[in-house]
Amino acid sequence: MKTAIIVGNGMVGYKFCEKFISRATPGEYHLIVFGEEPRVAYDRVHLSAYFTNRDAGSLEIAPRSWYEENQIELISNERVTDIHRERRTITTSKDREFQYDYLVLATGSAPFVPPIQDIEKEGVFVYRTIEDLEGMLTYAEKIKEKKARPKAAVLGGGLLGLEAGKAVMDMGLEPHIVEFAPKLMPRQLDTRSSKVLQLILESMGLSIHLGKATSRILGNGVITGLAFGEDDLLEADMLVISAGIRPRDELGKSCNLKIGVRGGIVVNERMQTSDENIYAIGEVALYRQMIYGLVAPGYEMAEVAVQQILGNSEVIMCEEIDMSTKLKLIGVDVASFGEPYMPAEKGHSIIFENKTKSLYKRINVSHDGKTLLGGILVGDANDYGILHQMYLNGIPLPSDAEDLIVGSRGDGVSAFGGAMELPDTAVICSCEAVTKGSICCSVINAGNDSVKAVAKATKATTGCGGCKPMVTDLVKDSLKSLGKTVKERICEHFNYSRQELYDVVKLREIRDYDELLDAVGSGHGCEVCKPAVAAIFASIYNETANRQATIQDSNDRYLANIQRNGTYSVVPRVPGGEITPRKLMALGRVGQKYKLYTKITGGQRIDMFGALLHELPLIWEELIKEGFESGHAYGKALRTVKSCVGSTWCRYGMDESVSFAIEIENRYKGIRSPHKLKGGVSGCIRECAEARCKDFGFIAVEGGWNVYVCGNGGANPKHAELLAENVTSETAVKYIDRFLMYYIKTAPPLTRTATWLEKLEGGITYLQNVIIHDSLGIAGELDKEMDELVSTYKCEWKEAVNTPEIRSRYSHYINTDEPDSTIEFVALRDQKMPKAWT
Amino acid sequence: MNSLVHHEYQSVSLEEVNYWYRVAPADLFPVNGGACVKYKDKQIAVFNFTRENNWYACQNVCPHKMEMVLSRGLIGEEEMEPKVACPLHKNTFSLRNGEHLNGDLKGIATYPVKVEEGFVYIGFSE
Repeated sequence: MKTAIIVGNGMVGYKFCEKFISRATPGEYHLIVFGEEPRVAYDRVHLSAYFTNRDAGSLEIAPRSWYEENQIELISNERVTDIHRERRTITTSKDREFQYDYLVLATGSAPFVPPIQDIEKEGVFVYRTIEDLEGMLTYAEKIKEKKARPKAAVLGGGLLGLEAGKAVMDMGLEPHIVEFAPKLMPRQLDTRSSKVLQLILESMGLSIHLGKATSRILGNGVITGLAFGEDDLLEADMLVISAGIRPRDELGKSCNLKIGVRGGIVVNERMQTSDENIYAIGEVALYRQMIYGLVAPGYEMAEVAVQQILGNSEVIMCEEIDMSTKLKLIGVDVASFGEPYMPAEKGHSIIFENKTKSLYKRINVSHDGKTLLGGILVGDANDYGILHQMYLNGIPLPSDAEDLIVGSRGDGVSAFGGAMELPDTAVICSCEAVTKGSICCSVINAGNDSVKAVAKATKATTGCGGCKPMVTDLVKDSLKSLGKTVKERICEHFNYSRQELYDVVKLREIRDYDELLDAVGSGHGCEVCKPAVAAIFASIYNETANRQATIQDSNDRYLANIQRNGTYSVVPRVPGGEITPRKLMALGRVGQKYKLYTKITGGQRIDMFGALLHELPLIWEELIKEGFESGHAYGKALRTVKSCVGSTWCRYGMDESVSFAIEIENRYKGIRSPHKLKGGVSGCIRECAEARCKDFGFIAVEGGWNVYVCGNGGANPKHAELLAENVTSETAVKYIDRFLMYYIKTAPPLTRTATWLEKLEGGITYLQNVIIHDSLGIAGELDKEMDELVSTYKCEWKEAVNTPEIRSRYSHYINTDEPDSTIEFVALRDQKMPKAWT
Repeated sequence: MNSLVHHEYQSVSLEEVNYWYRVAPADLFPVNGGACVKYKDKQIAVFNFTRENNWYACQNVCPHKMEMVLSRGLIGEEEMEPKVACPLHKNTFSLRNGEHLNGDLKGIATYPVKVEEGFVYIGFSE
């Protein structure tokens, strides 16, 4: 058996192991991994996530047991100190000696600390490891005790610097970014995009200082500020340095491997150092005079080294390394690819800038207008996937290249045909290096007919997941090319779409989940089909969630929203947002009695958090006595109908929006649907109730209501579309009756109305025909079904409180009445919150 | 403190059982659903998988965020592997061997369950 020793247990070192064991014949090699940190390899790319969740475990790439299962010897907390090339051994900080056949150096890099005068001070940190972060957190707490809002400076306005800026902001410090260059992210952005990004960041509260050369750190032992030049100072109580990286090449130096002038262990295209048995990969490797501080090239190097060691000498590193990046920086999309900026003699640029919307898009094209050379996207990077592929594969540009960034106008045809037009060699999943060809082949030749099956077979989408939309398109289109329509099935247990299942349940009058599964399904069900079927029963029979409790989603099972620590929140219905002072006081009294955290929701009601499971029926018993009903905030059901005050009080109001909203909310309350439903009623076109951001909305106009459908806020905001203009309230209600019923019967599970409409062939015109002109001849049926739902409503909390059998479900333990003793709260602004995840 | 809780839970195989804890009458448990059992300082989720005619037990704490919630999750099966879905983030775990089925989290500890004369027992090794 041969031995390969890997020095460094970072992301690239881990990737090497993963690739090695998947390619090597078991038993032929023994792998030993050394890590100097006490932890196993973790995801440094998402290091700043640690600030929000403080969960080192969630950053772990693979647990220690993974190494054991794969017979890899992982030795952490022990540094390799020397390499003895002549006898092919290494020695460690604990004076142990190990023999190797192959040695792989994946020691990574350390933060580069610029030679600034007086930098050795308390309060100066680098940003690299979890331990660094913990040091920063402790220090931040300390200085916050002394000062109301201490300032933290971050040296470096690159990717990592801005991440660090966000991190110190999250710690409650005032963030200042200090950059030597005259722009942010100097490697990725041009000056104009940097300005757009700067505006966005400043609006979030980050101060940006560009073109500043820090000459000295101020303070007597403890940092108090930075000096840039004469009379140019910045106060700072803490400093985080993220001014670039320096390869950790000490080991290479000490055993006389060839080292670059400015550091880094020189490697050839096989990832070999000047000693052919020693490889270097990742940020320590100097390839073609460059250090690559990104994960993807590091993974590629790992692949090459694995293949070389296993004797596949034809696999070598490509000459041009793609440094394209896309990331979400403090919630802002930033991407750059190819040559982001370039001199005019190389090509032309097409630039779109809209500072009012914080958008900047630039593409660089060759002089003949045929090839894409690179580009920058700030504020909206949705097109990155396709642009990046066009760049990588040299796909000819459309005649109007501008359409690529501003969208084609007029005919509604997209400028680029989509993923199927890419060449087979296009790498779609860069984490796992899966090409378009192998994805399509996996569908067409190997018979994998879902994204899940393709992911299992090819590993595509299993890394960062960024390629999922493209893989989904490829799978769908490949299936289409086989003449197969993509069969929508809700899960492995039912070979039916939700719409088909709805019809089966209705026609065969099936009322129990098990009965349905036995009749038309297979197996024992799962967390996908159970709630979907529960919603169908609710829509057809208006059955509450109480009868078949264990097929409900967990929130429906207990009629409350489970929150991060396993406690629940309670939201009573407040129709139209109208509430009497007496009822407000009742909520206040209940909230106080059960020590609940209370907050006004976006839907004009009051959410009360932190209720223990056994308290829920007690709380609801009191609320019901005060005249409240379930608000169904836990269900895929009607939530609220938001309203403005309307003509009763407002001097602009055209109609009584509150009265109408209350009528509507009471009409549809309790109705279960494929996803949550929200409504809005505005008394005039000023639209204070934001009715056009809702699944259905009404806006009062002279003489009637304009009716809108299929809008939503959330992750993909969409304005609702006009269904009918200037109609009476009776007609408006009738249209929404039919609209909701049609949506409930035909939408796939967990699909909001906006997405449903998008996929509906014929779009809003088709919907108008069905609802207004009864083109399918089903309007009468829809009306009848809705009437039935409305007339059979009952409050499910009332049912739960009054039925001892249901009430008895509300106990944390089955064998004792004690509450869960592990739940802890901490104080927050005169209220409480769950103790943070550790 | 919750992070420490996790390490207290170690899978017990049927052969290792040296103590059967008598929990509660079987008909107290929901059909095709779970409930939480307190045993000393431990919280154990017990599932009555009626469709499979099987009982399962595992730690109640989800290894993702260390919250005591698994007993409230939906149960089901994936290619006939019985599983529970965590109500917080829908991570699914095998009820047979505790393996994380839709990701790479550390698995969960599982325990043998038996029903005798209408009573549910969980097997521990102490």
